[in-house]
Amino acid sequence: MAHDETPSVLHGLMAEFETPTALVAAAERARLEGYRDMDAYSPMPIEELREALGFPRTRLPRIVLGGGILGGLAGYGLQYWSQVVEYPLNIGGRPFHSWPHFIPVTFETTVLGAALGAFVGMWALNKLPMPYHPVFNVPAFARASTDRFFLCIETTDPRFDRHTTSQFLESLDPLGVSEVAP
Amino acid sequence: MAAAPGHPQDDDTAAGDGTFRVMPPVIAPGHTFESVTEKISGIVLTKRTRLGWFFGFAIGFGFLMLMNITIGKLLFTGIGVFGNNNPVGWAFPMINFVWWIGIAQAGTLMSAILLLFRQQWRTSINRFAEAMTLCAVACAAMLLLLHTGRPWLAAYWLLPYPNSMGLWPQFRSPLIWDVFAVSTYFTVSLLFWFTGLVPDLATLRDRTQSQAGKVMYGILSLGWRGSARHWHRYEMAYLLLAGVSTPLVLSVCSVVSFNFAVSVVPGWHSTIFPPFFVAGAIYSGFAMVMTLAIPLRKFFGLEDFITMRHIHNMTKIMLVTGMIVVYGYVNEVFFAWYSANLYEGYMVSNRMGGPYSGFYWSLIAINACMIQLFWFRRVRNNVGLLFVLSLLVNVGMWLERFIIIVANLHRDFLPSSWDIFQPTRLDVALFAGTIGLFLSLFFLFIRFLPALAIFEMRTIVPEAKLQPEQHG
Repeated sequence: MAHDETPSVLHGLMAEFETPTALVAAAERARLEGYRDMDAYSPMPIEELREALGFPRTRLPRIVLGGGILGGLAGYGLQYWSQVVEYPLNIGGRPFHSWPHFIPVTFETTVLGAALGAFVGMWALNKLPMPYHPVFNVPAFARASTDRFFLCIETTDPRFDRHTTSQFLESLDPLGVSEVAP
Repeated sequence: MAAAPGHPQDDDTAAGDGTFRVMPPVIAPGHTFESVTEKISGIVLTKRTRLGWFFGFAIGFGFLMLMNITIGKLLFTGIGVFGNNNPVGWAFPMINFVWWIGIAQAGTLMSAILLLFRQQWRTSINRFAEAMTLCAVACAAMLLLLHTGRPWLAAYWLLPYPNSMGLWPQFRSPLIWDVFAVSTYFTVSLLFWFTGLVPDLATLRDRTQSQAGKVMYGILSLGWRGSARHWHRYEMAYLLLAGVSTPLVLSVCSVVSFNFAVSVVPGWHSTIFPPFFVAGAIYSGFAMVMTLAIPLRKFFGLEDFITMRHIHNMTKIMLVTGMIVVYGYVNEVFFAWYSANLYEGYMVSNRMGGPYSGFYWSLIAINACMIQLFWFRRVRNNVGLLFVLSLLVNVGMWLERFIIIVANLHRDFLPSSWDIFQPTRLDVALFAGTIGLFLSLFFLFIRFLPALAIFEMRTIVPEAKLQPEQHG
């Protein structure tokens, strides 16, 4: 998708780095410079990037907790309702509400709820699947899933200016800076 | 930290050719992001499929077809095709179910428990161990369904859904707990495995040359772009999935053991069963991982990633869990004597001297005696020998399940109802068929998906370590 003339509307400006160290340092510099609407892209997780970019911790754990509680209640509720209300059976003289027998299934549905919460919650918060995203317009970005590291400052940032931001990114000593078509 | 390579007290062997004075590293030196990616994705993206792959797949697929024929015969005729008889109501399908579900445990142990313990060496083997889990649970689930003989009726015996007869499953039965445990286990393992695959599928999407590959990997990778915010949530989700999988994996074999322990059959009615089954599961699962890893690293030249470190660690885990299993055997004998219970005592003497005593002593020979070889470094360094031994462990654990099920059932409380169990040809064919299903799925997995977790491998190459700032 190599465009000859630069597009008039941009998603942002993207700098390419060779090492994770350079990316973390660049992200830190950009944050100190006052940029907020930016994202870093790397072929593997880099823990330090969260602090460098300054975004908050995820609320995923609460979703997982909620999923687990819902799963547990649903599992126990299903057993209580079916064994006590809907279809009571005398099994060896045990009470209809023989709760110790309901523990294993409640445990399994709790785990299932929590795991579904983690899975669905994570992809939903990440807004994936997403069939199209502007960063893929940069040809060099193909290596973002192998061995290259990218910092993208987006046009939505109040401090974004095509010229000064580009100069700033160049000053970070990247392999290259490219404009990201929307 | 256990993963520090070359730590002096870590082990191993007097120096020399191919042996190690210190613990070998988890990844051979000299690898970069690019080389790791190239090597692992190359196995999938190559246009030329190796002849050996076709050969292995053909064997698996052949047995899978045998399974289809067996299922046809079973559904057409009913469970009379099995060798089950009156005291031995559970035989081959249950033996094989427990065997497969036990094998499955190792994958989750590796992906979840070793992750929580920050065991870095799990990185290169967890992906295909997880795939092994899924294939093994698929085999177990097939047996669970088919042993009912009428799976379409089993739907309302086992699954709670509002049916027109107004019937509900009986939740006080361990058989129902088992259905929930196995189906939850399969679902969670699948979610865990797929989550781990997504960044690697994105790598394949970006590297593949073929149009079909671009479309397929493009869809499956969900548009993953490696954003720092995504990675942050991803790592959290992965950790939480590991956290919930850890009690899950321990619960699955415990629940399977409840199928036995909740009954009153001598030799089954025992409080040691849940931990005994869990240890046996991990033991047999690691044996299967070893059985798969040794040919895999040889065939695809993955010795740099699946190093001797992994082989040694897996052997040691097998040794530990195997010894726990032996403790279980000793415990059974002790309690048969200490309880002074006539039936418990007869159960043990029947195992040791009854018609199935040959099986019992073979299992003792393998699980109690043979594994003592794992104490020796020379054995742990001999990959060919370890392959044979890991196969034998699989046999030993199968024998254990045979003894637990058949030897305990065939002589119950009333001598007039005693009988001998003999498997029919269809029993054996169905078992061989599940091995075929397992092999077919596994061969497809190693051809079309990355067998090792590429993005996790990237985190352990030296380049990934952040350097302190040079200038400030």
